[in-house]
Amino acid sequence: MTNYEKYVNVFTETFSVSAEEAVKLEYQGISEWDSVGHMGLVAAIEDAFDIMMDTDDIIDFSSFEKGKEILAKEAYGVRFDK
Amino acid sequence: MISRVWDLEKFGDSVAVIDEFGETVTYAQLKNESEAVAQAVGQRCLVFSLCRNETGSLIGYVGFMNGGIPPVLLNSHLDEELLRNLLAAYKPSYLWIPEEQYGQFEGMEIVYRSYRYMLLKTGYENTFPLYEELGLLLSTSGSTGSPKFVRQSYANVIDNAESIMAYLQLDSSERPITTLPMNYTYGLSIINSHLLAGASILVTDKGIMQKEFWNFFKEAGATSFGGVPYTYEMLDRLRFCRMNLPSLRTMTQAGGKLLLDLHEKFARYADENGKRFVVMYGQCEATARMGYLPPEKAAEKKGSMGIAIPGGKFHLIDENGSEITAPCVTGELVYEGRNVTLGYAESGADLAKGDERHGILHTGDMAQFDEDGYFYISGRKKRFLKIYGNRVNLDEMDRLIKGRFEIEAASSGVDDHLYIFLTDETKKDAVLRFVVEKTRLNSAAFQIIVIDEIPKNDSGKILYKELSEYFAE
Repeated sequence: MTNYEKYVNVFTETFSVSAEEAVKLEYQGISEWDSVGHMGLVAAIEDAFDIMMDTDDIIDFSSFEKGKEILAKEAYGVRFDK
Repeated sequence: MISRVWDLEKFGDSVAVIDEFGETVTYAQLKNESEAVAQAVGQRCLVFSLCRNETGSLIGYVGFMNGGIPPVLLNSHLDEELLRNLLAAYKPSYLWIPEEQYGQFEGMEIVYRSYRYMLLKTGYENTFPLYEELGLLLSTSGSTGSPKFVRQSYANVIDNAESIMAYLQLDSSERPITTLPMNYTYGLSIINSHLLAGASILVTDKGIMQKEFWNFFKEAGATSFGGVPYTYEMLDRLRFCRMNLPSLRTMTQAGGKLLLDLHEKFARYADENGKRFVVMYGQCEATARMGYLPPEKAAEKKGSMGIAIPGGKFHLIDENGSEITAPCVTGELVYEGRNVTLGYAESGADLAKGDERHGILHTGDMAQFDEDGYFYISGRKKRFLKIYGNRVNLDEMDRLIKGRFEIEAASSGVDDHLYIFLTDETKKDAVLRFVVEKTRLNSAAFQIIVIDEIPKNDSGKILYKELSEYFAE
């Protein structure tokens, strides 16, 4: 599984959405992605990529797209080659 | 105009409200704006207020309270069907709603607008008479949309706010930031007590998982916030103890019992950083607060919710109603104080009812006290859970599911984890969707377990103890 697939999977499983819906998601865009859902999402991402996210990155993680940018940072080194 | 609760004039040009967009409202402006809303209503009658942590919501609330117009405070995101049922049951004369929600109430006359909120005239006829001391109605659950409200008097609100102001030593230099909905008793008590102190309330609908919240926190120099147990779990995950928040003075916690290690962790953080961590205890039935653990005891008495607030008194009773005088014996916690509310309303006709409790509240919580007189909550008499700080009545949950699906259902669980037992596998997903929709709680709180048969005794009573074996650790 590529990192991108893994990343999409975290969203589809955490929020019970399809992959097509997942890529468009934003914080509070659906009822499931509230503060409780956010905590679950962060935990699932940390598990999937075996990383520990910084506070600033957790609260900056405001959409599917933004999350990709954050994970691609040097500190986490997750590469999304499609 | 006579103000029934707050003397806003006293604080003149001090700032009362600051929102996340930088808009400020002074106490003098708050007085004018809130009186204008009350004047637009023009008489003592019932209002439904759809709350958000926004300036307009707050101005309406202050106007209704000071103007003697009892509001029912509801979350603006309440399920539309539940809201319709409540409207039909209580027939309020006016609604105070965020402008953008007007679509829900099309056809109703817009009477007045202020700060992105609008006052709508409902047109209900034959509205219900209101008891003269009735000040405010709050929901106990905030989520299942039950038509049951707690009736709070003006004296209740004032007394509890004064007491909170005293034990937290609040003054006009405080700047609390909103972290809880204002229609939730704990969130509201923060607003009530700080307006009495002449403090500046930082209002935001953003949450602690959002960057905007923390930017606002830092820029506006927040001095305090409140949180339910789940808030503190989230803060812990955010590695809160490593954040640099020089303006922060006080963190309060209520809405359920915090895990012991988190209680200890935050008490230690507060101690080492010159801040206060205050664990508190309360219920909507006692306006808001009944007990608090003095911050200097936070680490020493971990797991305790403390002692009675100024003006209040706790005691414990055993099964026969006799008082327990020995330490470390469990009994039902009984509270006495002027903040004990009038009683419940379950229909519009109940709004005429007077004081049914006479200052005494049987809390339904089981507790004990130690040798020093500090109280510890050990369980509950009634079947309900606290999910993210919201009370969820388990019997009501069962009724909702059975009523909708006509299947067998029994719920049980521990705080923040509700387990729903079904015998019909095919309804599993639909039930989950239904309870999430009705409660507006995140689905992470619910787990559906399908079993062959709901265990019952000979007389047909559900054996919840047997169900608890499915989720016990």
